[in-house]
Amino acid sequence: MNFKRISAVFVARNREFYRDKAGLGWNIFMPVVMVLGFAFIFSNPDQNLFKVGVLGDPEQARQTAFLDSRHIQFITQEDEAAAIDKVRYHRIDLLLDLRDTPRYWVNDDSPDGHIVERLLWQSFNALPDTLTREVVSGRAVRYVDWVLPGVLAINVMFSSLWGVGWVIVRYRKNGVLRRLHATPITAGEFLVAQILSRLLVVISVTCLVFVGTDLLLDFPMRGSYLALGLVLLAGSVSLISLGLTVSARVRSEELADGVLNLMSWPMMIMSGVWFSLEGTNVWAQRIAEFLPLTHMVDAARRVMLDGAGLADVAFEIIVLFAIGGVLLAASARAFRWQ
Amino acid sequence: MSAIIRVDNLIKTFPGVRAVDGVSFAVDEGSCFGLLGPNGAGKTTTLEILEGITDANGGEIRYRGTPRNETYRQVIGIQFQSTALQDFQTVREALHLFASLYTRQRPLDELIALCNLGELLDRDTRKLSGGQRQRLLLAIALVNDPELVFLDEPTTGLDPQSRRNFWQLIDGIKREGKTILLTTHYMEEASVLCDEIAVIDRGRIIAQGEPTQLLAEHFPRALVRVPCDALPNGIEMPVGFENQGDYAIAATDDIDQTLAMLNKLGVALDELHVSTPTLDDLFLKLTGHGLREA
Repeated sequence: MNFKRISAVFVARNREFYRDKAGLGWNIFMPVVMVLGFAFIFSNPDQNLFKVGVLGDPEQARQTAFLDSRHIQFITQEDEAAAIDKVRYHRIDLLLDLRDTPRYWVNDDSPDGHIVERLLWQSFNALPDTLTREVVSGRAVRYVDWVLPGVLAINVMFSSLWGVGWVIVRYRKNGVLRRLHATPITAGEFLVAQILSRLLVVISVTCLVFVGTDLLLDFPMRGSYLALGLVLLAGSVSLISLGLTVSARVRSEELADGVLNLMSWPMMIMSGVWFSLEGTNVWAQRIAEFLPLTHMVDAARRVMLDGAGLADVAFEIIVLFAIGGVLLAASARAFRWQ
Repeated sequence: MSAIIRVDNLIKTFPGVRAVDGVSFAVDEGSCFGLLGPNGAGKTTTLEILEGITDANGGEIRYRGTPRNETYRQVIGIQFQSTALQDFQTVREALHLFASLYTRQRPLDELIALCNLGELLDRDTRKLSGGQRQRLLLAIALVNDPELVFLDEPTTGLDPQSRRNFWQLIDGIKREGKTILLTTHYMEEASVLCDEIAVIDRGRIIAQGEPTQLLAEHFPRALVRVPCDALPNGIEMPVGFENQGDYAIAATDDIDQTLAMLNKLGVALDELHVSTPTLDDLFLKLTGHGLREA
């Protein structure tokens, strides 16, 4: 690796990015406009469905009349602590545990929680003495707070996939790659320069959007900034590597555009950006586990909303770096200058 | 002079076509060697194999007597037939970018003066005219002070004045002692610039040597052309003439005798044309078709 050559291509690519005023503006303002749009649209959500988490065996839980209530979605919970946090941040309205010692958790600050609790009481002719009421408290998470980590991740995804994948295909088509191939620069050096340049762009723009939207919306940031930064870095590396893999051999911008869309749209829909995957089709959840955006959104959301630290999201960070490493190795191997 | 690069029995095939079919030649150090041929003849493919851009299916290339190694790219300069540079950069920035990719660099001030780029340094590379762009691409090809320079149809698309200006630049590079290997389908360009040429058609070299020597070998001193419709009725073709399209053409060492013969036959001489043979004529003779119609 020759760092002088990497630096030269890195600087040239950065210059190309920041001098393209239209592209730069789009990269910065698009996510801000998207977040503000969601803040406006969901400022007074008309929620017509209550969500109740259930701990334990659903079959056993079905024995209570409450679980047959209409207009309530019952979602099985595996992790008790995580489920309690969901009540705390109003992501579910009530948590019901009908295992050994029947009890439920409700947030006294949640109006929906109050209504669901009344429904729970009504479903029992006589409230069992053994059903213990547990109270948690916590500020409600607005939809815009919940969706913001996903919007930031989507911006990273588009910027990474198109900012590298589509650009390299364009370079290949118009002969820029061919010209560089005639010099001593190696494919590895060229790819490293592209990754570093895009990382700089993605992280700078995301930080700018993060600060800008915080000033406008005052969203919660409960966890570690270091953890969030590493999630952002690992997610960017994995998505940039995915962009490189797509662009490794493709010569047609139209084909590259199609393939990138084919990858980004399922990720956007299935990675839990707009709605929680809880309660969705099991297969959809399994597929989502293989998508880098899922891990990025999930980890960023847990850091920002649940106050997770570095250790809590270490698994997602490792998975994202691993995806990035595998895809990078594959793209470097498959890369063609022409 | 010793050969700086030697090519032996080069072969390159694409599906359904043998683009380069056993090409062999050697280029002397400090000379300008031209590959001539029509579009699709195989000259650009041959050049790309020598540049290391394309792999050959067979044959051998030796640079200074040994197979090319990883340092080869440090000592060659390339100007492609068509290429693009990254957007949003000035001429100065483009030169700095490419200079940074080599360990050996020619002083940029010297290069800027050589290629007459002084007034263009702060201009966006996308806003250069055709001639200015070719000068920049030539400067980029020379940015590492190469020993061997590849120029692939460097003046295609330029107006006659820009073409002649470019020839002066190439002549300047020649005078610095650099070896140049160029492809062209402009015969005049090859005549002016090349010390030796190889005429290539359908992937094979069909003639090779110094331009004047090749012409002397294949042609008498002059060519006489008469439009076929200038021939009197009843005369199909005068003795010594060949029908080539709309013209009757004769190659002769004795122009006076040929003119006297035409006069005697009653041929109208108003549109008669006498010229010295060119490389285009040579190509036509060797292949049966013109350089730009193959």
